[in-house]
Amino acid sequence: MYKIFLSRLRQGHRTNHYPGETPSLPERLRGLPILDAGHCLEGCRACAEDCPTEAIELSPIPRIDLGQCLFCTACTEACPTGAIRFSQEHRLAARTRADLLLESGRAFKLAEALEVKARSLFGRSLKLRVVSAGGCNGCEVDVNVLSTIGWDLGRFGIQIVASPRHADAVLICGPITKNMELATRKTLDATPDPKLVIAVGACAISGGPFLCQEEQLGGCGGAGIPVDLYIPGCPPHPLTILDGLLRLLGKSGG
Amino acid sequence: MKPFAILANGQALPLAAIPVLEFAKFRRAVIQGVSEDLRLACLCADRSLAGYAVLADEAAHEFRVLRTTFPPVFPSLTPECSQAHLFERELAEQWGLVPEGHPWFKPLRFHPPWSGKDAWQRDAIEPGVMDFYRVEGEAIHEVAVGPVHAGVIEPGHFRFQCHGEQVFHLEIALGYQHRGIERALEGGPYKLTVKMMETAAGDTTIGHAWASALALEALSGTRVPARADWIRAIALELERVANHTGDLGALSGDVGFLPTASYCGRLRGDWLNLTAQLCGSRLGRDLVKPGGTRFDLEPARIADLLLRMEEMARDTANAVELLFATPSVLARFEGIGKLDPHMAKEVGLVGPAARACGRLGDVRIDFPYGPYSDSELPSTVEETGDIAARARVRWAEIQASVAFLRGALDALAELPAGPVSAVCGALAPEHLALGVVEGWRGEVVHLAITNADGRLCRYKVVDPSFHNWTGLAIAMRGEEISDFPLCNKSFNLSYCGFDL
Ligand code: SF4
Repeated sequence: MYKIFLSRLRQGHRTNHYPGETPSLPERLRGLPILDAGHCLEGCRACAEDCPTEAIELSPIPRIDLGQCLFCTACTEACPTGAIRFSQEHRLAARTRADLLLESGRAFKLAEALEVKARSLFGRSLKLRVVSAGGCNGCEVDVNVLSTIGWDLGRFGIQIVASPRHADAVLICGPITKNMELATRKTLDATPDPKLVIAVGACAISGGPFLCQEEQLGGCGGAGIPVDLYIPGCPPHPLTILDGLLRLLGKSGG
Repeated sequence: MKPFAILANGQALPLAAIPVLEFAKFRRAVIQGVSEDLRLACLCADRSLAGYAVLADEAAHEFRVLRTTFPPVFPSLTPECSQAHLFERELAEQWGLVPEGHPWFKPLRFHPPWSGKDAWQRDAIEPGVMDFYRVEGEAIHEVAVGPVHAGVIEPGHFRFQCHGEQVFHLEIALGYQHRGIERALEGGPYKLTVKMMETAAGDTTIGHAWASALALEALSGTRVPARADWIRAIALELERVANHTGDLGALSGDVGFLPTASYCGRLRGDWLNLTAQLCGSRLGRDLVKPGGTRFDLEPARIADLLLRMEEMARDTANAVELLFATPSVLARFEGIGKLDPHMAKEVGLVGPAARACGRLGDVRIDFPYGPYSDSELPSTVEETGDIAARARVRWAEIQASVAFLRGALDALAELPAGPVSAVCGALAPEHLALGVVEGWRGEVVHLAITNADGRLCRYKVVDPSFHNWTGLAIAMRGEEISDFPLCNKSFNLSYCGFDL
């Protein structure tokens, strides 16, 4: 008992103060890309050619689909003029698929809060049922960490629950493999309406690194599951996920 | 002439140097090898049904590679060599081969065959639909769990045959995470190859990426700069420490001992944050690439890492020692979920789970790669084979990894500045290469074979979980079903690593 008490003192209080204060992020974190089409050379296709997921469309200047992007920076390495860079900006969540298309000279449209009625339903208490539908368990790692004392998701009224019957929202990770399709749909059906769907990670949005595979459906997009919140990344940083959830509930403060 | 070729870790061989055995001879040689205490690390076939077996000879520090052509129907190896049981089910599912006399002949991952029909002539394939083993009797009941579980975990289906609380038998059906990774690698390497390797099992990003890099570098004859080797090893050990710390926390959470559960939960995140200092990603994404690494560690970053690591190592020791000093926790760990060394050998158990039942074996020691050739790692063997032993092995490995990290960061600081990657060029045609890494769950095997054009014609991945899920099922025999979550956590196996 004495030892437990001493250890409690040693371990101290460790919950970060987000969103009041942003915890320090790793210097090499790859957040929101910055496109500067003014630098693009005529006829250059280097970025699009090196992108492993074909997330870049040239028309003729590059446009990045953050729902497909793995933040691997192959495009940055390929670009001869530095027209694509990655900032440390961790806020990446969006409400629509179209908002995930990043264009040069257009500000990225971050997720807006739910409408007043939905917010009055979910704003103070949002129960999440997580479905892991065929990814690599990476997004799950970064969702899971939000429940630890370092993040304490509960302080925002957000909680991960065991049964879809108790859930307000289904959080999907993974590209939805064919083998997980039935289970994913059943979980969605078992969640009472009105419900929200949150797609976490490139897989759940578009299929991610597996987008060409016949064994999967191409995430919520390919499976035709309507999504209320998209959180891009491979996997997204926990702060990106938390920011997305808080934005949806109108609690982000910034 | 020997019926096999000898291969070192991270080495390539021309296919012509591996004798092609008639199947009966191949079968005998594999069974003979395993009976002499070698371990079947890999067994697979390519599109032409050319068969390959890799036997790990830990005592001699080398691998034996055997080659054959599979007949469509062949006498199963499993009755005489149980380590082959899942590999044979895989062959039946991928290529429709029929291992006659296989005692437990069922699908594995529930996907369509790569060509033709599978061994069960299935047309429609439904996940988890197979002939589960059933215990009959009036007082017997069956408990089915999953694929969706009550937590943030991957999908899998578990069937327990119970007598009251007691589990007579557990059967595990996986495949829900099957993304077709091996099939996608055929004809590669492609732009997505490195990503697929990193996401084979996301919590083992470094382990898989390094194993794959070893194989591809061997095939292309690339020499990796020493700096890159050290950086890879630093990342691999950080991955190990983060996961072991998280698992010790999860184990204490499952027995209701909240102090260690909460501290370790936080600490796992902090260890992952150290990996993010290397490359920006907590899981080590985009750090390892064939040829080297994509990031260097400059002196200031090394000094900062050392500082943070020492602080976290102290907090981790404090949290974990609390666990082992609490008798009520140990009472829940001791004597539960036992596996004996004999059974561990039968299933071909690897990694910490095998070391917990007295079996030596660690790729870093037996088949050293990168900087492990010149490093002394302590052996972390325990004898009791129960949950307590698996927890102790994890703790011993955390300490060993921290000691290694101290030395590795110093060694890196002393190396002259220079590049951290070399160009990994074209792959040699008609060669076979092996990349094997000790991931935090155990042996990660990547076997790469090229065709006449220097493209990959077969790329086989064996995650440690491939072997170890059977270990978990057997460890549950005779136990209370309520101990399953605890026993499961003590192994903490990968679903996606198995499913690929
Ligand atoms: S960072 Fe995104 S857009 Fe750039 S190459 Fe990688 S996946 Fe493509």
